[in-house]
Amino acid sequence: MSEYKALIGLEMHCEISETNTKVFSSAENSYKDTANVNIQPVDMGFPGTLPVVNKEAVKMALKASMILGCTLPTHIYFERKNYYYPDLPKGYQITQETKPAPVGSYGALTYDCKGETKTVRINNIHLEEDAASSDHYGTFSTIDYNRAGVPLLELVTEPDFRSADEAVSFLETMRSIYQYAGISEADSRKGQVRCDVNVSIMEADKDENDPKNWGTKIEVKNVNSFGGVREAINYEIERQIDLKESGKYDEMEQQTRRWDEDTMSTIFMRSKVDAIDYKYFVEPNIPKFKLSEEWLESIRKEIPELASDRKHKYITIFGLSEYDATVIVKEKSISDFYEDVVALGADAKKAANWLTSVILGYLNKNDLTITEIYLTPKMLYEIMNLVESGKISSKQSKDILTHVLEDKKDPIQLVKELGMEQISDDKTIREIVIKVLDEHPDLIEDHRKGKNTFDFFVGQVMKATRGKANPSLTADIIREEIDKR
Amino acid sequence: MEYMSKSITELHELLQNGKVTSEELVNEAIKKAKEAKDKYNAFVTVIEDAKGCEVTDSLLSGIPYGIKDNYSTKDILSTGSSNTLKDYIPFFDATAVINLKKAGAVGIGKTTMDEFGMGGTGTTAHTGNILNPWNTERMCAGSSSGSAAAVAAGVVPYATGTDTGDSIRKPAAYCGIVGYKPTYGMISRYGVFPFASSLDHLGVLARNVEDACIVVDAMKGLDKNDMTSWDSSGIELHKSLTTDVKGKKICYIKEICDKSMYPDASDELLEHLDNFRNTLEYFKELGVDVVEESVDKNLLDAQYSVYNVISCAEATSNMSNLTGIVFGPRAIGDNYIDMMKKYRTEGFSSLIKRRFVIGSYVLQAENKERYFNNAQRVRRLIVDKWKSLYEKYDAVVLPVSSGPAKYLDNSKNKPYQNSHILEEHLQIANFGGFPSITIPNGFVNNLPVGINITGNCYDDVNVLSLACALESKMSYKNQIAKEAK
Repeated sequence: MSEYKALIGLEMHCEISETNTKVFSSAENSYKDTANVNIQPVDMGFPGTLPVVNKEAVKMALKASMILGCTLPTHIYFERKNYYYPDLPKGYQITQETKPAPVGSYGALTYDCKGETKTVRINNIHLEEDAASSDHYGTFSTIDYNRAGVPLLELVTEPDFRSADEAVSFLETMRSIYQYAGISEADSRKGQVRCDVNVSIMEADKDENDPKNWGTKIEVKNVNSFGGVREAINYEIERQIDLKESGKYDEMEQQTRRWDEDTMSTIFMRSKVDAIDYKYFVEPNIPKFKLSEEWLESIRKEIPELASDRKHKYITIFGLSEYDATVIVKEKSISDFYEDVVALGADAKKAANWLTSVILGYLNKNDLTITEIYLTPKMLYEIMNLVESGKISSKQSKDILTHVLEDKKDPIQLVKELGMEQISDDKTIREIVIKVLDEHPDLIEDHRKGKNTFDFFVGQVMKATRGKANPSLTADIIREEIDKR
Repeated sequence: MEYMSKSITELHELLQNGKVTSEELVNEAIKKAKEAKDKYNAFVTVIEDAKGCEVTDSLLSGIPYGIKDNYSTKDILSTGSSNTLKDYIPFFDATAVINLKKAGAVGIGKTTMDEFGMGGTGTTAHTGNILNPWNTERMCAGSSSGSAAAVAAGVVPYATGTDTGDSIRKPAAYCGIVGYKPTYGMISRYGVFPFASSLDHLGVLARNVEDACIVVDAMKGLDKNDMTSWDSSGIELHKSLTTDVKGKKICYIKEICDKSMYPDASDELLEHLDNFRNTLEYFKELGVDVVEESVDKNLLDAQYSVYNVISCAEATSNMSNLTGIVFGPRAIGDNYIDMMKKYRTEGFSSLIKRRFVIGSYVLQAENKERYFNNAQRVRRLIVDKWKSLYEKYDAVVLPVSSGPAKYLDNSKNKPYQNSHILEEHLQIANFGGFPSITIPNGFVNNLPVGINITGNCYDDVNVLSLACALESKMSYKNQIAKEAK
């Protein structure tokens, strides 16, 4: 690789999941396990049906465009991309592929990749409709039109990534933006995120700003997970380097390949000369409409705090480590949970510690999301308070949390049920301490000689109280009683 | 007693006074429709179970009418006169059909048309040629051929039509009746099979101007399913209609009407042009200022090509939903490509396939600028020219076609030089979305001929009033085809 560098560009398709209805149809926009239930006649291309633009989808697309710093169009209009496929019932897709139609042109996004700040130029972001989904079996195929007409944002980057790591870090950042801005769940498991990857290689010491030095561009379609993007890029880079080294690179024509999950390789689909002519033209059924400054301003105001804003806040105001802040903002639902706990009055650092050290581990282990567990921000706050006020020990608090998660019970109730209320009464503890010291005069001597017998005394008190004695109070009393002797 | 040759207002009065029942009218219309189906191929489907309905204050209530077969009618066969949809029964009504139902109108049959509206001869329907009731050797023109034949033959007082180039207004002229298409978007296109969306209009064929107003008043209105529809609730065509047109100003175009333009004109054409000049005298008697205008011949000569390019391009895309996958008689094939190919190859007439080839050709990346984009530019130039005329004139008045109905046997038709513009100029109203009406203005060779009045967008009342005033000066109002009597 050192002899070569890769130029990588992405086309990221992300379904907008947060509108009530589809982008040009009044059918419900939601993920359904049952096929063909979210359908209106227009979604199946019945004769005479017409598209009606969903303003909410346009709004979300404009929001994404603003976040990416893109130039906004003066008018919104759409065009048709014409091709035949059974999952495309109208025989064309309504999109905004060619300029100047897209909701956003020429923006940029900075993102972190392994601690380094990188910038990628955005060529454009546009709003379009998704196709139906088809499944192919031996002798027949099935089509599910639930997905037909679901709003889709296609984001096209310039070839600014130099590695699979950069491309994947960018995708993770975009996913977070879509989640934070309330545009999409961006869940690849639901097929909401799909990518096409463009990869070419060139000699490492040449100037990448001069197109003459660029290699042959290979497009890889149909990459449906971030892991797949990483694998596909690395596979392509290696494949292209192999061709260079075996002297066959110059024979390679510009082409489209597809990523095959089963063989973990890219497979030739078509060469550039066989590229489909999509015969774009402006969709005549949707009148061009002018974007008003007022509307754009109101959309701009709706852009919420994004992951990068929150991360900055967590580090500079809450005093979290870069690592903890990064971990917490990664998923919006976790960051929202954290924000709620802090808003209730919890100590920001301690709350972060709870999340990163205990709760996230539990979620990962059980493959759950934070919204799926019984624990609420209020419960975590209560557990933290119980420790803070000395009612339970920190060790006990971990047990309480486990019980909350597994038994689905409230922490305060659990403390009572489990008899965990900590003994913080001076008189009770002092009586036990005196009894323990009386039983071990030799160990008091050892302590005075510098041997560590102190922990033994604490342990004995804990044993006698079945762990309920307030540990710091116990330590104070032991010290006092030893000094008295 | 026969009622179906009467006007809507006459029938309404008879119904309200209890002289006749809706049931009786419907039965008469069904009987006559069956005859017209056999005799002229005017109907694809006669709705034999149509029932009379309650008579209200709505002028259309209880009165039968014909529906062009490209209007979706719930539970009633809607073929668009195409083999590709020969068994298609929609599960929803077109908005215009719903609106007419609300007004109490009773649909009694689906009228035959050129396949999907893509023809001007009435010879491309899957059920065969449509014959002119005045003379069955002659054509009705198209594409609303069956609607024109049915109305002219006195089967129904009116029938709906669609008009992409002249498909309402030319058949009306050939059949000696009134054909009106209002301003683009006044009537929702939802549920009507598209031909070329930016040019497609709905409208009506009737036997007098007043009836045409009454019908369009019922059909029109803002529709949430059609983004190009607009709120015309402030416009009441029938109520606003007046024959007082004194002081209005109209023009005709020298390059289209002048006999000197057609050096090899037949007697029919010369007679037609003379008749047009004579009709202008009626306008003068009405106190209308009639002015001869001149338009660049190059612009006029480009008009027909512009229409061809745009209409074929949009049609190719609009009809890409016809694959037999979702609806229509699915073809048998080894894979989806074979299935689609077979369905389309066997289903479409050769005329339509020819237009699809043109449409695809002009949209191809390498041709698009030269053909499609230039056609859009010239369309704009022509519309701008007409808009500039409307700054000075209330309407542009021109003869329809180059004479009376042509022979179905094309070898009997004599072509002339330069006759394109005379045959095709009605398309200019589709370019601009202008309200346009054709009314009968006499006979040539014992066959009716027509005159067209076209005004500026949203100026329908003005156009209709000019037509109504002119109609009152002539004796062709409510005429029924003679051979049919």
